[in-house]
Amino acid sequence: MGSFMLTKMSFRNLFKKPVTKMYPVEPPVYTSRSKGHVVNDIKECILCGICEKRCPTGAIVVDKPAETWTINPFACIQCMFCVRACPKSCLTMEHGYTPPSTSMYTHTDTKPELTAEEQAEKLAREKEKAERLAAAKAAKQAQAGEADNGKE
Amino acid sequence: MGKKTIIPFGPQHPVLPEPVHVDLVVEDEKVIEAIPQIGFIHRGLEKLVQKKDFMQFVAVTERICGICAFGHSMGYSETIEILMGLEIPKRAQYLRVIWHELSRIHSHLLWLGLLADGFGYENLFMQCWRLRENVLGIFEKTTGGRVIFSACNVGGVTQDIEDGDLKGIVAILDGMRSEYEELLKTFLYDSSVKNRLSGIGYLSKQDAESLCLAGPFARASGLVEDCRLDGYGGYGDLAAFEPVLSEDGDGHARCEVRAREVYQSMDIIAEMVSKIPDTPISLPVKGMPGAGTAAVHHVEQPRGESFYYAKGNGTKFLSRFRIRTPTSHNIGGMTKILQGCDLADVALNILTIDPCISCTER
Repeated sequence: MGSFMLTKMSFRNLFKKPVTKMYPVEPPVYTSRSKGHVVNDIKECILCGICEKRCPTGAIVVDKPAETWTINPFACIQCMFCVRACPKSCLTMEHGYTPPSTSMYTHTDTKPELTAEEQAEKLAREKEKAERLAAAKAAKQAQAGEADNGKE
Repeated sequence: MGKKTIIPFGPQHPVLPEPVHVDLVVEDEKVIEAIPQIGFIHRGLEKLVQKKDFMQFVAVTERICGICAFGHSMGYSETIEILMGLEIPKRAQYLRVIWHELSRIHSHLLWLGLLADGFGYENLFMQCWRLRENVLGIFEKTTGGRVIFSACNVGGVTQDIEDGDLKGIVAILDGMRSEYEELLKTFLYDSSVKNRLSGIGYLSKQDAESLCLAGPFARASGLVEDCRLDGYGGYGDLAAFEPVLSEDGDGHARCEVRAREVYQSMDIIAEMVSKIPDTPISLPVKGMPGAGTAAVHHVEQPRGESFYYAKGNGTKFLSRFRIRTPTSHNIGGMTKILQGCDLADVALNILTIDPCISCTER
C-alpha cells in the first residue's frame, strides 16, 4: 500500500500537449469509415425504392412518377442499410453530420432533365424492350396454338 | 434508538449516470432498508418488434443502451441465427468477439473513471477516460461510429477489418498496457482508494448465489458466473478461459475484478487476432423465422449475463422478443448491500454494482 501513486503520471502530463481538441476551432479528423450523412448520386439512381423499404426509420421516400428521391436527415440513423442494399451503388455515406437547425427539413434530389441524346437513347431502349416483349408474347402464343393443334 | 426517516435518493444524483430512485429508510446515520424504483426511461422497445422486421430490428437493439450497444446487437443477431438455424462464417464470429471485448474494455474504463469520480479522485477519473478514448478511436476507425457501430447484423458482420488493421488494434492495446498498469496500481494499492472502498458493501458468496447475481458483481463475491465459459460464438475457440474472481466481496473487490478484466479482454483480442481465419464475413439470410419456433441465447455483457428470447411466427415480424439484462437482478444485490451501510456510503455502493438502467427498462 502506498500513497500518491498517480503523481508520476500527473507530473508527466504537465509537460504534454492536451489530448482534447478545441473542437469548433480545430476541424474534426475523420477516418475513411466515419459516418455522417447519406448522399445519392441521382444521375445513377434508378428510383427502384429498395432503400425506402430497407430504411428502419422511414427516412427515405422515393417518388417514381415525380422522379424524386427525398431523405429526412433528422430521421436518418446512419445504419447504412440503404447504402448496402443499393443495386446501383449510387448511395454513399459521406463525412460530417447534419448541422443543427431550428426546424426539421428534408433534402430532395430530382432526376435531371435528359439531354436530346440521352432522351433518344432512352426512347430507343424503351422501343427495344417493347419489341422484345411483343416478340416473346408472339412466340408464347404460337407455342400455345401448336399445343392446342396437337390436342385436336 | 433514533427515529426512522425516509430519504429519497435519485433519480437525479451526481454519481448516477442513469436515473434510478431509491427510498432509503434511515435510522440516525444507518440505512436499514432500501426500496428501489425504476421506470423513468422505459421506451417500450420490445414492442417495436411488431413494427420493424427482423433484419431491421438489430438497429433498435443497438440503441437499447449506449455502453452495451454492440453486445445487444450481437446477442439479438445470434438469437435469430439460432432461431433460423444459420451457421455464420468463423471470421464474422471472431470479429464480433473482438468488437465485444473492445466494448468491455471501454465500458470498464468508463466505470473505473466514474468510480474515481464518485470518491472524488478527479485526476484518476480523467486518466481513465483519456485511455478509453483510444478504444473509441479504434471503433471509429473500424466501424465508422464511436458508440453505435451498426457493425453486426443477422447473418454476420457488415464491415471487415483488414489483417493489417487488426494488428494495429493489438499494437494500440499493447501501447495502452504500460499506462493502464499505473492506473491499475493506483486502484489496487493506493491508500486513498483502498481506505474509501475496502469493507464497504460486503456481500457473501451465499448471498450472491441466492440473489442470482450476474457479472463482475457476482465474481467479486467469489461466484464463478460467466457466460463466456459456455463458449458461444468465437469464445469456443479460445485456448483457455478463466473468469477473474475475487473472494473479498466488498467495493474494492468489485473494482479489482473489473480492473483486471480489462487485461483479460486485451489478451482475448490478441488471441482472436492471431487465430482469425480468412473466410467471408457474412451469410445471405433467406426466408423468415418459422411459425412456432423459439430460441434463447445469452451473452456476457460488461455488466453480466444478458438473456435473449425470440419467437417467430412465419412472417418477417417476430411475435415476441425479450431481453433480461444483468442489472435487473443486480438491483436485488444492491438493496442487500445498502442494508446496514452508512448514509455517506450509499452513493458509492450504488455505483459499485455498475447499474445500467437503460438496459434494464428498455
